[in-house]
Amino acid sequence: MPEARVIRLRPEDDEPRVAAPPPPPGWEEQLAGGVDFLQRRLTGEYETDEFGFDPDLADHLLLPALRPLFRRWFRVETFGLDNVPADSGALVVANHSGTLPIDALMTTVALHDEHPAGRRFRLLGADLVFELPGVGALARKFGATLACNEDAERLLTGGELVGVFPEGFKGIGKPFRERYTLQRFGRGGFVSAALRTGAPIIPCAIVGAEEIYPMIGNARTAARLLGLPYFPVTPTFPLLGPLGLVPLPSKWLIAFGAPIETASYGPAAAEDPMLVFNLTDQVRETIQHSLYQLLLRRKSVFGA
Amino acid sequence: MPPAVVLVTGVSRWLGGALAAELASDPRIQRVIGVDTVPPSPAMLRRLGRTEFVRADIRNPLIGKVIAAASVDTVVHMNISSTPAGSGGRVPMKELNVIGTMQLLAACQRASSVRRFVLKSTSAVYGASSRDPAVFTEAMQARQVPSGGFARDSVDIEGYVRSFGRRRPDVDVAVLRFTNFIGPRIDSLLTGFLRMPLVPTALGYDARVQLLHEDDALAVLTRATTGDFAGTVNVGGEGTLLLSQAIRRLGRIELPLPTPALGSVGRLSRRFGFVDYSPEQMRFLNFGRVVDTTVLRRDFGYTPRYTTAAALADYATTVPPVLDPAAVRTVGGGLRSVLGRIGDTASAVEHRFRPAPPSPALRAVRDA
Repeated sequence: MPEARVIRLRPEDDEPRVAAPPPPPGWEEQLAGGVDFLQRRLTGEYETDEFGFDPDLADHLLLPALRPLFRRWFRVETFGLDNVPADSGALVVANHSGTLPIDALMTTVALHDEHPAGRRFRLLGADLVFELPGVGALARKFGATLACNEDAERLLTGGELVGVFPEGFKGIGKPFRERYTLQRFGRGGFVSAALRTGAPIIPCAIVGAEEIYPMIGNARTAARLLGLPYFPVTPTFPLLGPLGLVPLPSKWLIAFGAPIETASYGPAAAEDPMLVFNLTDQVRETIQHSLYQLLLRRKSVFGA
Repeated sequence: MPPAVVLVTGVSRWLGGALAAELASDPRIQRVIGVDTVPPSPAMLRRLGRTEFVRADIRNPLIGKVIAAASVDTVVHMNISSTPAGSGGRVPMKELNVIGTMQLLAACQRASSVRRFVLKSTSAVYGASSRDPAVFTEAMQARQVPSGGFARDSVDIEGYVRSFGRRRPDVDVAVLRFTNFIGPRIDSLLTGFLRMPLVPTALGYDARVQLLHEDDALAVLTRATTGDFAGTVNVGGEGTLLLSQAIRRLGRIELPLPTPALGSVGRLSRRFGFVDYSPEQMRFLNFGRVVDTTVLRRDFGYTPRYTTAAALADYATTVPPVLDPAAVRTVGGGLRSVLGRIGDTASAVEHRFRPAPPSPALRAVRDA
């Protein structure tokens, strides 16, 4: 009698099978999700934190609204996400540009969607953001808070990923001809916050935001009248009115550099201005260097 | 060591009366003296038990005689009015708050029997502005010193209490900075505000609100009176809510109005004695305020039983909702089941017209 044996019908059965990804939700499931969301919003059954962050709104309304811009319009590519810790506090320091802080929003989407741990990016915003009605409240719901040492340290101590743009208005409102040159880095407040909490500093370079609203002029009188730090004049704004608010579809690259650790200096080092200046310069030079590298890597401004 | 004789000012209000009643039920305390300008309501009077009520104005030097005659050793100062409506206008309110506190402190400074002074203060001393850090600790100060109203009074009162503490270093001074009170029985600014069916708010702003349940407020006051904590402590529940979220959870309807319009609504509602929308109240409703309660839990030794959300839920049991969350849930559930049925039908129809693709064919196998 011949020996019975198992004959595999398909050779690939030997290899461990990877579970197939769940099918994309059908339209009725998406609609039901929308009904759930509306119900939560109407009854207030969602959580918010002490900074005013509303994860429910961010995940179901704000991030989905930004995703097409991230994927299709700017075709953002990210590098070095493994430099961002998965579960501990860190301070991401980035260059700021683009007239409107779209770069902050895109970095938030990048860290949430592309980082394996789906990290939430807690932005530190300028005073002006929180003075404006509407914008300030929305910024808080998106996870931002006022750029001050108290808030930065509280977030870092809580293990959050904090984002800061030390150039501030000098960076975001600089003329187009100065693109990709870093401005002065404030007073180094971000370095002392990192030193006090021992959180690593992750330099982040963003290429692409400079070209979305090329600022060829600054209407100072209008800015003064409106109480704004600058009033941009771009090739399309205010010439085309609201149409001028559509950003140009530049190609974006976002790179996260190797973390600069600060824990070994100890919290007392925050009181040493020389060390703070040196670290600030080190971060600034790292970002500038990686900006040049990214620019070389990008083949054309609006291309693939 | 528990105090022997306690004097509580502002005893005719809910929280003051509740504290006096709580202290009166403690047999270790010999006497509890309640002071207020108006006599307590009959219901309150029954609760007060063996509390002795003295109808006196703390603005009057008479208070000194009361303290000396009874050899009071612990003074709890709660007679601070937060709204002009309660005290008959802004001028009498300021007079009661600031001059009253000065008189009381002057009397305490003279009385050698006083060993402990507890001040019911407020987190309003931190102000409310767009430039505030998100969370205030006791060591922080207001970025913009409140310019008027209750918050300004409270800043002044805390200043006088601090200088009293310097002049009488033998007296333990406890300053309790409370967040907004809420609960089924207490009558606070926020309870009146949230009881309106249509709640007008400032368009484009959403305040972060931290609440304290009345039971926790009472427990903290009792502990501060009978314990030995000295210093300043923030008192608030765990967690925060956004104002819009609180309004939704209570089933109210939010009515966002541009700030100038809100001002006129405020004047109108003040005239008719509904809710007080003073400018400082409005700033609070725009930006809100959150305090750090580490000192409360670690040094003071009390963890509030109610979180902000739980305190609000307890308050919600006393206000019938306009937009019933249960009804919203029913409608949501109904919509979902309808969607489910449509989905099932659609996939059934799809199967009928487009049968599922056959599973991949078996490949030829090498001969074994």
